[in-house]
Amino acid sequence: MAVVVELITGRTLDQGATVEEKLTEEYFKAVSYIELNQEDFKQLNLKEGDRVKVTTDFGEVVVFAKKAELPKGVVFIPMGPYANMVIDPATDGTGMPQFKGIKAKIEKTEEKVKTIKELLEAI
Amino acid sequence: MLWIKNGIVVDPKNKINLEKMDIFVKNGKIVPESEIKKGDCKVIDASGKLVVAGGVDMHAHIAGGKINTGRTMRPEEMRVVRNIAGKFRASVGRVLLTAPAIGYEYAKMGYTTSFEAATPPVSSLHTHEELDSIPMIDKAALPVFGNWHLVFKCIEEKNIEKLKALVAWAIERSKGFGVKVVNPGGVEAWMYGGNVKNLDDQVPGFGVTPREIITWLIRANEELGLPHSVHLHCNNLGVPGNYQTTIESIKLAKGFKNEKRQVLHVTHVQFNAYSGSSWRDFGSGAAEIAKLVNSMDNVTIDMGQPIFGHATAMTGDAPFQFTLHKLLGARWSNKDTEVETGAGIVPIGYLPNNPVHAVQWAIGLELGLLTESDKVALTTDYPNGGPFTEYPYIMAMLMSKKMREGELKKVHQYVQKATNLPSIDVEKTLYEVIHMTRSLPARILGLENKGHLGIGADADIAIYNLNPLETDFSNGFEKVYKAFKVAEFTIKGGEVIVRNGELLKEVYGRTFWVDARKKVDLEVVMQDVKNYFQYYSLQLSNYGVEERWLKKPERLEVV
Amino acid sequence: MQDIVCTFCGSVCDDGEYDLKKKSVKKFCKLGSSKFAEKERIKAPMIDGKEVSYEEAIDKAVEILVNAKRPLLYGWASTANEAIRLGVILAEKLGGVYDQCASVCHAPGTLATIEEGVPGGTLGSVKNRADVVVFWGSNPMEAHPRHGMRYSISAKGLLVKDRKQRKVIVVDVRPTKTAKIADIFIQIKPGYDYAIFSALRAIISGNADAVPSEVGGVAKEKLIELADIMKNAKYGAILYGLGVTQSRGRDRNVENAIKLVQLLNRTTRWIIWPMRGHYNVVGAGEVPAWEVGYQYAIDFSRGYPRFSPAEFSAVEVLKRRDCDAALIVASDPVAHFPRIAVQHLKRIPVIQIDPYPNMTTLVAKIVIPSAVYGIEAEGTAYRMDCIPLRLKKIIETNYWTDEKILEEMLRRVEKFKG
Repeated sequence: MAVVVELITGRTLDQGATVEEKLTEEYFKAVSYIELNQEDFKQLNLKEGDRVKVTTDFGEVVVFAKKAELPKGVVFIPMGPYANMVIDPATDGTGMPQFKGIKAKIEKTEEKVKTIKELLEAI
Repeated sequence: MLWIKNGIVVDPKNKINLEKMDIFVKNGKIVPESEIKKGDCKVIDASGKLVVAGGVDMHAHIAGGKINTGRTMRPEEMRVVRNIAGKFRASVGRVLLTAPAIGYEYAKMGYTTSFEAATPPVSSLHTHEELDSIPMIDKAALPVFGNWHLVFKCIEEKNIEKLKALVAWAIERSKGFGVKVVNPGGVEAWMYGGNVKNLDDQVPGFGVTPREIITWLIRANEELGLPHSVHLHCNNLGVPGNYQTTIESIKLAKGFKNEKRQVLHVTHVQFNAYSGSSWRDFGSGAAEIAKLVNSMDNVTIDMGQPIFGHATAMTGDAPFQFTLHKLLGARWSNKDTEVETGAGIVPIGYLPNNPVHAVQWAIGLELGLLTESDKVALTTDYPNGGPFTEYPYIMAMLMSKKMREGELKKVHQYVQKATNLPSIDVEKTLYEVIHMTRSLPARILGLENKGHLGIGADADIAIYNLNPLETDFSNGFEKVYKAFKVAEFTIKGGEVIVRNGELLKEVYGRTFWVDARKKVDLEVVMQDVKNYFQYYSLQLSNYGVEERWLKKPERLEVV
Repeated sequence: MQDIVCTFCGSVCDDGEYDLKKKSVKKFCKLGSSKFAEKERIKAPMIDGKEVSYEEAIDKAVEILVNAKRPLLYGWASTANEAIRLGVILAEKLGGVYDQCASVCHAPGTLATIEEGVPGGTLGSVKNRADVVVFWGSNPMEAHPRHGMRYSISAKGLLVKDRKQRKVIVVDVRPTKTAKIADIFIQIKPGYDYAIFSALRAIISGNADAVPSEVGGVAKEKLIELADIMKNAKYGAILYGLGVTQSRGRDRNVENAIKLVQLLNRTTRWIIWPMRGHYNVVGAGEVPAWEVGYQYAIDFSRGYPRFSPAEFSAVEVLKRRDCDAALIVASDPVAHFPRIAVQHLKRIPVIQIDPYPNMTTLVAKIVIPSAVYGIEAEGTAYRMDCIPLRLKKIIETNYWTDEKILEEMLRRVEKFKG
C-alpha cells in the first residue's frame, strides 16, 4: 500500500530551536518525521509514531509519520538531513536545489529510522 | 622625508601659478625647507612636470547600500577586470567599481580624497564598513536630513535649538561630516506615491514645505558653524523646466553669510538645469543658473557632468528613480528607509546621438564654463553621470574650445539650438581647473589641510607628466587628457602610492567626521528623539556608530 | 544587560535582556532563547579527532588550503561582517570559490534582482506604513517568531496604529501557523506561484478576461478579490519566503512578483522583500559585493572574481566534484545540502570553524571552535532588510573569534603566496 504525493520541506520552530545542537536527541526528533494529511494517513493505515519510507527519483529515507493539517496529496518534512535524502538536487543553473515540490511515494515500513550518524554513513 | 625637486607648481589656494619650486614633506605633512635634512630625503625629480595637490572629489557615491545594491543588480558591470590578485587586491568594475577598485582608480588618477555624498543615518554603519574597505584615499560621508520626520517636527515647531541639537546628534551618531538634503519633502511624499513640485508644496502629513526645510537647515548648519555648508540636491531633479526650482532654491541662501565658505552648496546641478516643459522642447537653463551663482558670494555648485557611456542612477531621490524606471523601462531598486529617507537605483546609459543625453552633456559643460571657477567644482556625481575616471576628459574639455568643437560634431545636433555650448568661447586656465578639482572642493567641504600645497597641508600630492609651460592647452588636449588620466606620482600622506599609473603601495586613509556636540544642549531634543523611536524598528541604544568600530577615524571638533 | 542583539534569525531583534547570573535572555522567542541558552560546544581545536592548539590547527588548515587546487569556502551566514570580509579575501588569495548559505536559500531573489531590481523598504517602513501585508510562501510564526509583533502583523506604527488597521494575507501551499492568524489565507497548489503572480498582473493591468476560471488551485473570483485589495492598499508589502525561491520556477517566481510590484506602484505604493533566514546572511552577500562585486557563487581561480551560480554555487561545485578541499565557516552543509553534494564533502578534506558540533563536524578533518557572535564576540551584522546592527559581547570566553582565526589563516596564506 503506497500513496503518491507532492513533498515539500521547510523550517519549523523546533528545527530552528535545535539547529545548533544537531547531535542531540531533540534535533533528531525535530527533523526525522513526515507530516501527512488525515486522509493519506488513514489510507496508509498509520498510527502516530509509525514509520514510513519516502521514495523519490533521488533517494529514499525512513521517517516517523505524523498527522497534520495539510491538503490531501501534500506531505511535509522539516528541512534537514532526512529531507535532503530525497529532494531534487538539480538546480537548473541557479545553484538552488529543488527543496519543495518533489513527487514522492510514501509507504508504511517496519524499517527503523536511522540515527543522524547512521544516516551520514548511508550517504 | 620627501623632496620634490624642480616641479612646476600650481597651487591656487596659495596663489602659486606655474612656479618652479621645491616641495618638502615630513611626517605626512608639507613642511618648510628648514625642517628637513636634505641628505635624509627621498628625492623625486619633477623637472618639467606639473606638481599639484591630490584631487578632492566632493560628491560621489562610493560606499553604502545604494552602490552595493547597484553592484548586486548589475553583475555585467563587474566583468571589466582592472587588477589581478597578487600584491594588490583583485579589482573589477566598468563604471560601478568594487571598494578596492575605487581606491586604486582614484589613486592612479592623482586623487586622494573622496566624499560619499549620501548616507541614511540609520545605515551609516554599512556606509562606514565600505569606506573602511576603500584603500588609498581619505574619505567621509554626508548623512541625509531632508526627509526625516524628526527634522520636520523641529521645523514645524520652529525650534532652532532643537533642530541644531538634532543635527549635531545625528552627525555624531552617523559619524558623518555634514548636512545633505535630497529632494526635501519629496521623498516623504513618495511614501504616498507622490512628490513635491515646488518650494511651497506642503509635505504630506507635516506642516512644512521644501522652502522651510532648506532654510531652517541652512540656519541650523550656520549657527552650528559646521565645516561644510548645507549640501543640497534640489527638488524636481530630472524634470524639464526644473532650472527655475533650482534658481529659487539657490536664492534661499540670501541673508546668510559665512566668512570662510559658501552657506549653500547645490550639487550635480546639471540634473537640475533643464528648461522647457517636456522632453520635446527640453533645453538648457544653465546660463541662468550660472548667472545667478556668479552674482552671489555665498553659493557654490558642482557640475554632475554626464560622460557618454554606461552609468547607474542612484540617489536618495526615490520618486525620481521610479520616474526614470518608467521612462526607460529599466530595472529599478527602491529602498524606503524607516522614517528617515528613501533611495532608488536605475541603470542608465548616455548616448551621444540621443538628443536628451546630448543636451545633458552640454549643460554640464555649460555650467563648468559659465560659472566662475571659484564657484563650481568638477564632478560626475559618480556613478550617476558616469565614471569618476573620466574627470580628465572634463578637465581637458573645459580648457579647450577646439576639443569641444570636435566633440560637438559627434553628438546629436539638437544641442545647437537647445544649449549655448557651441557659442561659448571660454577656455578655463590650468590654474582654474586645478582649483576646481583641488582647492575649491576642499574649501567647499571645509577641509583646511586638503587641496593645497602650503605649509601644514596634508602631503597628498599628484605629479603629472605634463610640462604646463610648454603645453598648448587649446590644441594639445589629447596630451592633456592622457597626462591627467595617469599620474606619474601619487603621494598620499607623504608616501608614494602610485608610480606611472602603477600601484606601488597600499595604504588606508582616514575617515573624517564632525563633532558639533559642544555647540548644543543635546537634552533639548533627546526626549523627542526617544519618543519618536517608537516608530523605528530598532532600539535607540543600538542606533549609530562608535568611533572605535572604524579603521582610521579622525574627529573634527566644532568649538 | 539591556538591548541585546539576537544572533539567530534574520529579524535580528535588538531588545533582549540578558541575565548574567542565569545565563539566559528575556523577551526573545523560542529560537532566540535557545541561541542564548548554554549548550554543548566543540571543546578544543581538533585534527582527525585529536585535540590540538589553535596554532597547530590553523597551520594544518592553511597547509591543506594552499595545496588545494580549488578550495571551496562556504558558509558565512552566522558570523560577523569582519569575518566575512577576511573570508572573501582569503578565497581571493587562494584562488578558490566563495559561496554562502543564500545559494540554498534566498539567492534566487538575487537573480531576480539582476533581472528587475528590487523595489523594497526597511522593516520600519512596513511597521509604520503597511496597511496590507502579504506573506507569500513565508511562515514567520515558525521561522521569524517575533517578526509579526515587531514589524509586520501586530506592530504599532505611525500610520497603521495596530493589528485592526492592517490586513494580513498568507499565500501558501498549506495552512501554516502564520495562515492561522491571517485575515485571508489563500491556499495554492505547490509550484504554481509563477502562474498566480501572472494572473494578478493580468487582472491589475485590466486583462482579467485572459485569466481562466481557476489558477493554481485558486478560483478566479478569489484572485480578483486579492487584486482589488492590493490595488486599494495605501502601502502594501509582499514578504516572501522559501516557498517562492525553493519551488518550481525559483528566481522566475521572484522576478514575476517584482513585476507585479512594479505594476502596483503605478497607482499606489508597494514594496517586496525576502524574509532572510540567518541573522547575517545579508552580510554574507553584501560584504563580497563591495569587496569583489558579487554576492555569492564567486570563483577566483583566474585571479579575479567570476560569478556563475550554475558553476560556482557550492551545490554545483560539489556535485561536479570541482573542489579538492573545503573551509566551512558558521554553517552545516552536511545537514542542509542534497545527498550528492554531501557525498563529495565526505571525500575531500574539510576544515570547519564553528562554535557548535554539527553534522559537518562529523566529516571534518580539522575542527576549529569559535566564539559566538552576539554573546562572546562583537561585530557587525545586517538584519534581513540590510539595517546594520552591532552585535555585543556579553560574556568572556577563551574561544577565538572567527575574525581572529581567519586573520591568522590569511596572514599565513599571504606568507605562502608572497
